[in-house]
Amino acid sequence: MRNTKVVSLEEAIRRSGLKDGMTISFHHHFRGGDKVVNMVVAKLAEMGFKDLKLAASSLSDVHAPLIEHIKNGVITGISTSGLRGELANEISHGLMDEPVVFRSHGGRGSAIANGELHIDVAFLGASSCDELGNASGCPRSENAKSICGSLGYALPDAKYADHVVVLTDDLVDYPNVPKSISACEVESVVVVDSVGDSSKISSGAIRDSKNPRDILLAQQAAKVIINSGYFEDGFSIQTGTGGASLAAVKYIRESMIEKGIKASFALGGITAHMVKLHEEGLIGRLIDVQSFDKVAAESIASDQLHQEVSAVEYASADNPGSAVHALDIVILSALEVDVDFNVNVLVGSDGIIRGAVGGHPDTAEDSALSIIVCPLLRGRIPCVVPKVTTLITPGAGVDVVVTEYGIAVNPRRPEIADRLKAAGLKVVDIHDLAAKATSVIGVPDPLPFGDKVVGIVMDRHGKVLDKIYNIVD
Amino acid sequence: MMFVPGNNPGMMADAHIYGPDSIMLDLEDSVTMAEKDAARLLVYNALKSIDYGDTEMVVRINPLNTPYGHKDVEAVVKAGVDVIRMPKTETADEVRELEAEIIKVEEELGCVGRTQIMAAIESALGIVNAYEIATASKRMMGIALGAEDYTANLKTPRTPEGSELLLARETIVVAARAAGIACFDTVYSNLDDMETFRKEVELIKNLGFDGKSIINPRQIQVVNEVFAPKQKDIDKALRIIAAIKEAREKGSGVIAVNGKMVDRPVVLRAERVIALAVASGILNEEELS
Repeated sequence: MRNTKVVSLEEAIRRSGLKDGMTISFHHHFRGGDKVVNMVVAKLAEMGFKDLKLAASSLSDVHAPLIEHIKNGVITGISTSGLRGELANEISHGLMDEPVVFRSHGGRGSAIANGELHIDVAFLGASSCDELGNASGCPRSENAKSICGSLGYALPDAKYADHVVVLTDDLVDYPNVPKSISACEVESVVVVDSVGDSSKISSGAIRDSKNPRDILLAQQAAKVIINSGYFEDGFSIQTGTGGASLAAVKYIRESMIEKGIKASFALGGITAHMVKLHEEGLIGRLIDVQSFDKVAAESIASDQLHQEVSAVEYASADNPGSAVHALDIVILSALEVDVDFNVNVLVGSDGIIRGAVGGHPDTAEDSALSIIVCPLLRGRIPCVVPKVTTLITPGAGVDVVVTEYGIAVNPRRPEIADRLKAAGLKVVDIHDLAAKATSVIGVPDPLPFGDKVVGIVMDRHGKVLDKIYNIVD
Repeated sequence: MMFVPGNNPGMMADAHIYGPDSIMLDLEDSVTMAEKDAARLLVYNALKSIDYGDTEMVVRINPLNTPYGHKDVEAVVKAGVDVIRMPKTETADEVRELEAEIIKVEEELGCVGRTQIMAAIESALGIVNAYEIATASKRMMGIALGAEDYTANLKTPRTPEGSELLLARETIVVAARAAGIACFDTVYSNLDDMETFRKEVELIKNLGFDGKSIINPRQIQVVNEVFAPKQKDIDKALRIIAAIKEAREKGSGVIAVNGKMVDRPVVLRAERVIALAVASGILNEEELS
């Protein structure tokens, strides 16, 4: 008789040998549509587990039910790239005794690979899986209920966790190939009604903008790229998910066509915009750690030149083989940039956690040219400030800051400033941008932080970079 | 000239970052009756406190025959506005009435002559009186067409090709040129149809307008592209200007470029091309001197 791995969630948990105090892990490829975290933690609570450490690649608004599990002692530690919504709000106000540990995507990959972040049991959602455990983010049958494309952030968990449980909403016949997670790494397969709502993958961070300010910022960012000295045939590029950085792709595309320039690859979170350029022959290959929308997820399912990479292959600082080392240009967004070019993408101007570290520090540090696109003013909130509220990406890796009031170039990169000036772009001192923001808005009152550490920001090399304190209302 | 509602502080604070040549803060049609006083206060404070740089600042006031017009004039002149745009202008007397009102406030401030006037012509009667309106005051810096009210007055719809506006547009250009002032075309409101917008801008440029009124920053690029002179025209204009300079230095009365005699209209056209090239950022003034 064949020994099947397909069991109920409760049986899979029992088989895993999970004990109180151990670490469980999850990926966030379904983003705002994720159903696995809440489902599994509810079951663990029902089964009486306590004091578990939750190591997610990221968490979002949809994970608010964790608040109750934290209050009840089921979850006592969290590590993640991001936090949003009510869970982030409660944690910012001091919900947990143990601070949340924030790592970049590359940093998390490295920490798992080198054993600093040990995972006892990984619970990984997949859009298709066969009975042996070959799992994929792509649908493979007529009964498929979901699609998330790349499973890049789940791959280190699958490889290094002591025990791996795949949850799927479409159990298919063996062999489920091409696979993302190999059956050899999987101990149990659990069939559930739904692992995630694919329509919500592109909610949250991704916006396609008609906002004139985003368009202005995008045009400026595109001009920076085109005149930076790195815009030549065979260049490589990564963009973030902010409206301006997505819109910048449109203007870069026009210039690529006009000048006959093609990119060798696009990296990171892959969007429909990038897929379009790839299909037009303007980008050779797509190196995809996370498919940011349905178009990207469908592309990775069908296109040999659109390839999945793990978080380690994407952005690990320790691993000289990671893709960021070959990256020329990255466009990133920011909540705040300070006069030393340090960037905060995690904590809002109200002191409440409302973002994600993501691949920001990884790509900024290792790319040849990193461009931060952010408005000087968001309503009454200044975004170029004397000092960031929380340090996420050190200024040493940040080259250019594009705002609607001018472009600031890191003094470490005088050659880029010269090229942009020669192209007629408005290059300004970052101190002048901060002063401009102050002149319009005034100096905000200091935030009412308490003395309890609610978050620790690790840099991508595994050292503590900053601490986040509780906010007092 | 970009229209910005006078009751929207966010838009007023941001408007200049998109690089319009002038910004028109609106107290008239985009502001409801209930918000007239609040908008006036906002516009006053915007003019006083926001650094708009070199952007020309215009405020469209309410007509003087409404309860708001006089207060609008007082507030914006005190705030130091460059130009007051008078809506629905039909006669030269209306311009003179506004001028008297402006003088009253300027005398109080001790800055007589500072504020300029632009008249928007938005009716058949206004078009018939265009030249008188354009010459009604030495403060008149320009006249503009307001097409929505004008076509309503003509009892005709507005069409994409704009044939119903042709007489009005030509009349305004001719009146402005005869008076030696500027002329501006009306707005185009469909933001999703940039192609028709571009055609309209090309048309009005060829008719002789100095500029186009716009309602969204996304329209700026199209206007600049259409109005920016082509490189070959700039090169030609630069050659003409250089030839004149050389001829003057030599004391020669007759100027020729590429074997053709250069007469006064050619020089004027060359100067306009250069001015537009500078305004479009293609040439900078340092390069010219």
